[in-house]
Amino acid sequence: MNRSVEQSNRRLTFKLVGVVVGMFIFAVYVMPPMYDLFCEVTGLNGKTGGRYQATESIVDTSRQITVQFVATNNESMPWSFKPQLQSIKVHPGEEVEVRYLATNPTSSPMVAQAVPSLVPFKAAQYFHKTECFCFNQQPLDGGESAELPLRFIVDQDVPKQVHTITLSYTLFDITDKLILASSDR
Amino acid sequence: MAHGPAKGFSRWLFTTNHKDIGTMYLWFSFAMFLMGGVFALVIRAELFEPGLQIVQPEFFNQMTTMHGLVMVFGAVMPAFVGLANWLIPMMIGAPDMALPRMNNWSFWILPFAFAMLSSTLLMDGGAPNFGWTFYAPLSTTYAPPSVTFFIFAVHIMGASSIMGAINIIATILNMRAPGMTLMKMPLFVWTWLITAYLLIAVMPVLAGVVTMMLMDIHFGTSFFDAAGGGDPVLFQHVFWFFGHPEVYIMILPAFGVVSQIIPTFARKPLFGYASMVYATSSIAFLSFIVWAHHMFTVGMPVAGELFFMYATMLIAVPTGVKVFNWVTTMFKGSMTFETPMLFSIAFVILFTIGGFSGLMLAIAPADFQYHDTYFVVAHFHYVLVPGAIFSIIAAVYYWLPKWCGNMYDETMGKTHFWLAFIGLNLTFFPMHFVGLAGMPRRIPDYALQFADFNMIASVGAFMFGAAQIMFLYNVIATIRGKHKATAEVWDNPEGLEWTVASPAPYHTFSTPPEVK
Amino acid sequence: MLIRTRQLLACLLVLVTGLSASAFTLADEIERWGLNMTQGVTSTSRDIYGLHMDIFWWCVGIGVVVFGVMFYTMIVHRKSQGAKASNFHESTTLEIIWTVVPFLILIVMAIPATNSLLKIYDTEEAEMDVLVTGYQWKWKYEYLGEEVSFFSNLSTSRDEIEGRAPKGPNYLLEVDEPLVIPIKKKVRFLITANDVIHAWWVPDLAVKKDAVPGYVNESWTYIDEPGIYRGQCAELCGKDHGFMPIVVEALPQAEYDSWLLAKREEASKLKALTEKTFSFDELYAQGEQRYNTSCAACHGSSGEGGVGPAIKGSTIATGSVFGHLGMVVNGSANNPMMAAYGPQLSEVDIASVITYQRNAFGNNMGDSVQPIDVLKFKQAQ
Repeated sequence: MNRSVEQSNRRLTFKLVGVVVGMFIFAVYVMPPMYDLFCEVTGLNGKTGGRYQATESIVDTSRQITVQFVATNNESMPWSFKPQLQSIKVHPGEEVEVRYLATNPTSSPMVAQAVPSLVPFKAAQYFHKTECFCFNQQPLDGGESAELPLRFIVDQDVPKQVHTITLSYTLFDITDKLILASSDR
Repeated sequence: MAHGPAKGFSRWLFTTNHKDIGTMYLWFSFAMFLMGGVFALVIRAELFEPGLQIVQPEFFNQMTTMHGLVMVFGAVMPAFVGLANWLIPMMIGAPDMALPRMNNWSFWILPFAFAMLSSTLLMDGGAPNFGWTFYAPLSTTYAPPSVTFFIFAVHIMGASSIMGAINIIATILNMRAPGMTLMKMPLFVWTWLITAYLLIAVMPVLAGVVTMMLMDIHFGTSFFDAAGGGDPVLFQHVFWFFGHPEVYIMILPAFGVVSQIIPTFARKPLFGYASMVYATSSIAFLSFIVWAHHMFTVGMPVAGELFFMYATMLIAVPTGVKVFNWVTTMFKGSMTFETPMLFSIAFVILFTIGGFSGLMLAIAPADFQYHDTYFVVAHFHYVLVPGAIFSIIAAVYYWLPKWCGNMYDETMGKTHFWLAFIGLNLTFFPMHFVGLAGMPRRIPDYALQFADFNMIASVGAFMFGAAQIMFLYNVIATIRGKHKATAEVWDNPEGLEWTVASPAPYHTFSTPPEVK
Repeated sequence: MLIRTRQLLACLLVLVTGLSASAFTLADEIERWGLNMTQGVTSTSRDIYGLHMDIFWWCVGIGVVVFGVMFYTMIVHRKSQGAKASNFHESTTLEIIWTVVPFLILIVMAIPATNSLLKIYDTEEAEMDVLVTGYQWKWKYEYLGEEVSFFSNLSTSRDEIEGRAPKGPNYLLEVDEPLVIPIKKKVRFLITANDVIHAWWVPDLAVKKDAVPGYVNESWTYIDEPGIYRGQCAELCGKDHGFMPIVVEALPQAEYDSWLLAKREEASKLKALTEKTFSFDELYAQGEQRYNTSCAACHGSSGEGGVGPAIKGSTIATGSVFGHLGMVVNGSANNPMMAAYGPQLSEVDIASVITYQRNAFGNNMGDSVQPIDVLKFKQAQ
C-alpha cells in the first residue's frame, strides 16, 4: 500500500472512530436527558414534573374536571397505601389538597418512594403539583402511619376534551437501596 | 512478501490476508448458524405438541434468547462480514482491506465473545432468558447473574462489528482501482458501504444501552427503574434506535448479493443501477426514523404512533423499487437456474412475502392484534431466513468456485435448495395463521387450537435443519473435490473478481487493474 | 413463439380471475378454520379486522402481479427455450411509475388506519374504570370506586400441563376469577405492572396494552355481545409468561350488577372469616386448592420442588410456624422469586396453605394456623 493511501486510511479511520465515540456519548449522555426533557415538557409518558410555583390564577368555574386517585404497591412493598378520596371534582385554576394514607405494618423502619403517573398523557403537562409527597422519600417507623399531602392545580388551559384525569402513584420500597448507598460512604 | 501463506495454525491466528479472514468469518458463522439452529430445534421440539414435555419454561426462555442472539450476532452478521472481506477488495481491484491487522483482531475477538456467551448456559441461574431484545427491568433487576457476561459479550461483538465497518468504509472510499468511480462499483460494494455507515452509527448505541443496563444492575443508577425516576420505556427507545437499523444491516448486503447473482444467470445487466443505489440509501436513511414501530403498544401518544406508522409504511416504496428492478432484470433475459439463481429467486419471492407481512405490521391499529404474536415471528423469519440466510447461501454457491477452485455438484446443490425451501415454508408459513389466531410469542406451551400448525412447523424445522447438514457436506465436498472451475466459473459474469484465476491467488491486484 | 406467449398470458389471466373469485369463499373458509384474526365483539375489533383484510388483499394483489410476471418470465425467457437476452438496463419512466404508484397506494391505506387509531385513542367519557395490574405471573383487577379487587390466576392444573391428565377445552386459557364487566358500557382500563413489563391482550376486544411498572397506561372497550373472551399476556415477563391468561366475562347490566353486589359481599364476608375458627379439615382442603393455584408451579404438585425448593421435608414447612409465616407473608429475603404473599392472599388463604404445606407430602406436623393468627402476625411485625 503506498504512503498516500495509508495516510488517507488513517485520517478516515480517525474520523470514523470519532463518529463511533460520538454515537456512544449520544446514546448514554444525550438520549436519556433528551427523553426526560421531552417527556417533562409534553407530559407524554404520564410524568407530571416537579414542584410548581403557584401564581395568581383565575378559577374557571364554567367547567369541572374529575380527578381520580389510584394507589399501587410495587413488588413486595407491604405498606398499606390508599388515597383518602377516590375522586374529586375540581375547577381548572383551583388549588386543591388531598391526602394519601400510608401505614408501615412491619416492625422495622422503612423508606418508600412514590412515583406518579398520569393519564390521559395530553393532560399531564397541565397538572401542576405545588406540594407532593412524591417529591421526597417517605420514611416510616415500624407500625407508624402517615397522612401524605398532595396539593395540585389543574391548569385553565387544559384541553376542552379532557373531563377526567387519573393520577396513579406507585409506591416503591427503597430501604435497601438507601442502606447500600450509605454503606458506600 | 509475495510468498504463499504460512503453514499451520499460526497462519490463521496471525493472518492479515482478507481472503483468510473472510474464510474464518464464514466458517465461524456457519458453526454459529448450526448452534443457533440446535437451539431452535429445542424450541420446536417442545412446541411440537401442547404441554411441557421436554424442557422447563425457564430453560425454554434461555433457548429463545440464545437462538436470537446467536443467529443475529453470530451467524448473519459475521457471514456478511466474511463475504465483504473476501469480495470487496477483489471487486474494487484493491490488494487487501485498508487496515489488515485490525481486520485480524475484528475476527478473533468473536470466538472469544461467543464462547463466553455460550458458557452462560452452564452458569448458576442459567443463560440470559429475557429475549434477544432484553427489555428492562426483566433484564436488569430480574436478570440471572449471567447477564453481566451477556453485556460483556455484546460489547465485544459490537467492537468487532464497528472495527469491521470502519475497515470496509476506508477500503471502499480510498482503495478503489483508478477508473472505478462510485457509480461503477458493483452493487454488493455499494450495499456494504451503506451498511457499514449504519453499523458505525448504531452499534455504539447498542454499546450505550448495555452500558446503562450494567450501571443500573451494578452501580445503583436508575436509567430504566421507575423507583429512581427512570423509565423502562426509555430502554425500548434506545434499544430500538439501534435495533431497527440493525435489521437493515442484516438485509442490505443480501440485496447486494442478489443484485450480483441475478444479472449473471439472466445474462442481462442489472436493471436500474442508479435507482438501486438511491433506493438502498433511502432505506438506510428511513431506517433511522421508524424505530418505535416495535413499540406501538407501549403507551405512546397518538401523534408518535401516527408518525412511526407513516414512516414505516414509506419504507415499502424503495424496497418495492428494488424488487421491481430485480424482476425487470430477469425479464427478457436468457435464464438458467443453477443453484445460486434458485436461492436468489426464492429470495425475491419469499423476502417480498416477508415484506408484505411487514407492511401489515406497520398499520398501527392492526398491530395491536399482531404485536408479540407469532405473526411477527413469521414476518421476521421470512425476511431473515429466505431473506438474509438464502442470500448468504446463494453467495457461497456462487463464489465458492472462485474461492477454492472447484465446482460444486449441481444436483447436490439443487437438492439442498429444495429441501431448504420446502422445510422453511413448512416451518414459517403456518406461523402467520397461529399468530392471527391469537398465539403469543415466547411461550413454551399453548392452547389447543394452535396445535396442528405448531406440529407442522416443528416438522418443517427439522427438515430445514437436515438440509443445512447437506449444505455442510456440499461445501466440504466441493473444497476437497476434483471438478476444477475456470476463472470465469459462470457464463460471462460481470466483475473484477472473475478476471483472476480460480482459486483466487493469495494476493490479488497487487498492481491495480485498469477500469474503463 | 408469439402464439405460445399469448396462450400463456391467457392462462395467467384465467388463473388470476379464478383466484380472485374463489378468494372470497376462501376467506370465509379460513375464518371458519379459526386461522384468521377474529372479527371480535367490539366496533374497534371489527375496524381492525377490516383494516387487516384491506391491507391483506392489497398485498395479495401486488403479489399476484409481481410473482405473475416473475413466473411468466421464468417460463418464457429461458436459455433452454432459446430466449435471447435483451440488453435494456434502465428506464427513468418506469422508476418513476413504480415509485409513485406504490406511494399512492400507501396513502389509500393510511387514511382508514389513521381514523381507526384516533378512535382507539379516545378514552374520554368512560362509564367505569378497572385498574389492571400485571404480576409475575397473574393479573389483579380492581374496580375503582367499588371496593372490589381480586387476583386472577391460571386455573389449568399442573397435571394437564405435564401430561398426567387430559387437556380441557380451554387449556391454558382459563382462570379462577375472570374479569367481569357489563356489555354496552364504555369500560376504561388503567394498566400497570407490579414487577416487570407485561401486556394485557384480549383478541376479541382488540385491546392490547403494555403494563409498565411505575407507569399507568389507558385503554378502553365497549362490548356489544355478552360472552366469555380469552386472552394472554403479550410481553415476555419471565418463566410463566405463557401461563397468565386473561378471561373477560361480559354480562348484561343486570347480571353484572348482581355479580358486583355478590363480590362486595364476598369482601366483607372475607373480613368476617378472618375472625372465624376453621376446622383442620377445612383448612387442609382450602389449602390444597390454594397450593395448586399459587405454589405448585414452582414447588411441584407433590411438593417435590422444581424451580423452588421442595416443600416435602423442608426445614421451613417442618420448622416453626413463625418462620413458616414469615416466609409466606414476607417472601424470601435472599431470592426475589419467592414473592411476599402477604399483600396478595387473604388471611384465610395464607392460613390454609400453611396448614396444608405443614401436613401434606408426608410432613405431618399435626399443627394448623388460623386466619386470625396470620392477621396478628402481620400486625406484630
